[in-house]
Amino acid sequence: MLKFILRRTLIMIPQLILLSLVIFVLAKAMPGDAVTGAFMGNPDATPEQIEKIREKFGLNDPWYVQYGRWIGKAVKGDFGQSYTHQQPVTTLIAGRVENTVLLSLFTAIMIYLIAIPLGIVAGRWTDSWADKLIVTYNYVAFATPLFVFALLMLFIFAFLLGWFPYGGSVDIRIESGTWDYVVSRAKHLFLPVMSAAIIGTVGTIQYLRNDIIDQKNKDYVKTARSKGVPEGRVYTRHILRNSLLPIAAFLGYEITGLISGSVFIETIFSYQGLGQLFIQSIGLRDFTVVTALVLISGTAVVVGTMLSDIILSIVDPRIRIE
Amino acid sequence: MKKPVLEIKDLRTSFNIKGEYYAAVDGVTLTVHENEVVAIVGESGCGKSALALSIMGLHDRKNTKLDGQVNFGDENLLTVSRSRLNKVRGKDIGMIFQDPMTALNPLATVGRQIEEPMDYHMKLSASEKKKRTLELLRRVGIKNEQRVYEQYPHELSGGMRQRVVIAIALACDPLLLLADEPTTALDVTIQAQILDLMKELQNQMKTGIILITHDLGVVAEMADRVVVMYAGEVVEIAEVKELFENPLHPYTRSLLNSIPSNMQAKQKLHVIEGIVPSIQNLDREGCRFAPRVDWIPEEDHEKNPEMHEAAPNHFVRCTCYKTFYFPEDRVGENEYVATNS
Repeated sequence: MLKFILRRTLIMIPQLILLSLVIFVLAKAMPGDAVTGAFMGNPDATPEQIEKIREKFGLNDPWYVQYGRWIGKAVKGDFGQSYTHQQPVTTLIAGRVENTVLLSLFTAIMIYLIAIPLGIVAGRWTDSWADKLIVTYNYVAFATPLFVFALLMLFIFAFLLGWFPYGGSVDIRIESGTWDYVVSRAKHLFLPVMSAAIIGTVGTIQYLRNDIIDQKNKDYVKTARSKGVPEGRVYTRHILRNSLLPIAAFLGYEITGLISGSVFIETIFSYQGLGQLFIQSIGLRDFTVVTALVLISGTAVVVGTMLSDIILSIVDPRIRIE
Repeated sequence: MKKPVLEIKDLRTSFNIKGEYYAAVDGVTLTVHENEVVAIVGESGCGKSALALSIMGLHDRKNTKLDGQVNFGDENLLTVSRSRLNKVRGKDIGMIFQDPMTALNPLATVGRQIEEPMDYHMKLSASEKKKRTLELLRRVGIKNEQRVYEQYPHELSGGMRQRVVIAIALACDPLLLLADEPTTALDVTIQAQILDLMKELQNQMKTGIILITHDLGVVAEMADRVVVMYAGEVVEIAEVKELFENPLHPYTRSLLNSIPSNMQAKQKLHVIEGIVPSIQNLDREGCRFAPRVDWIPEEDHEKNPEMHEAAPNHFVRCTCYKTFYFPEDRVGENEYVATNS
């Protein structure tokens, strides 16, 4: 088992190197650089001055020199300075990581809290009215764009009813560490989490429903019934264990997918997370921030995949590695 | 006279296909006695497995209609409550499935799966259950039972898994075993081993067995009595020796004639033309085998074929058996005549 985890971790290294190379080259290939982004349309900046700044930041060096410099520092956790924010990228990101992780974590929890009971009901009582209702919800939610739904939630619950704040991650007037602070955070999290979860859960519901329908006709379920196992136990002891397995294994992908995929939600709810920073930085051509963020979310995906593999190897005896 | 364990009376199992019910098992009457092996034979699609699943009530309840009686002990299993049925399943009736590769839960250890029926039917402590399970594993011919107890199904070969499936069926000393093609999915050498094992266990435990198979070799080796099914109906019932020596129904004779044997090395193998009609397309009037023996004149069949006792304890459906012949036999005679003249 340990050997498997070690080997799985080692495989990550070439993946990450390749990832960082691709990110760097692609970022370089973008039209414009940090300097054009910062000084665009500024009539006072002469081409000579711009050229000087370029030289100062090393933007005229060949790409591999720049890559070496960047990756060498990145490994030590130094992603350089943000050109627009005038502070280290690491500080900039660190301030927002917590927000995004909280948002993703609660969204993931919500997704499973919705998907598991609904998937089980729909899968076990196929073609019942409850199943039809759940399937209808699935189709509607699947066809609804997240940003439309999120705006609708914002309109109803923040604007019309006024139950929740419009945006932000916490009320800035409240001192951190107090109970009120926690309540304020929760209130700010509620709408973004619910919007993302209500739309994001449908894939998991559908997957679980179909897998249960698939499993319940399998021979081992007949064996269980022929043993005299009561129907409820047939589900809890046999079918669900098999059906929840792929979903448990998908946990790793799900959470990292949420971390790197929070762009829409954070932008709509002006939630100070990585996704919002990402969109802003692209607009400003803040090259160092963008590459750092892409590298982080890319790494998150690679790590998430590894996590999924490890979870699967723990819960499924068939792929347990000695 | 042996005591009957299971009496099936006029059992009719119908499946809902697009709103209409079609019978896959169509009026089967059958008795299984203590310590008796009853083989049910027939082609694919003749209703053998549907019959076995009906006895256990394992069909999807929503789309299946069951009529008639399945009397076990003093109860009709078709009308008892679900919880009562669960008390019978796994305790009084054990079931052995066809494909050992899929019949076991991939996520539970062998030991756990054998102990499961004991959880519901026997009051045993954990250590007693384990002791009993290890003994069962030994009894089904698994030698390293301590190790297998901890293993998962995927770690075992097909033959080993089938032994485990048999151990599950035997876990609570059933009075009746339903074996649904227990050797079909195994390769030939393993088949022989499993059959020997089943015979041995049957001799020890004196259970009644319903053995469903399409393999007449298995029938000859295992069965005391044979029930031949065609298109959902029983067409012939006889003691095994009588059936092989004196088969009556055209279907039985065709089946026996389709087995390659040394005796007829130079003869062409008999082929039963056509297939068993699907349950939607089945003509339920008259003799159901008639379309596949179309050289037999219509008047030789009964309008409403009944079971006739042609010899003591030898029952056959329809009257067509009296005049039935194989066309290739007649062709051979004619050719012989032609070359001589």
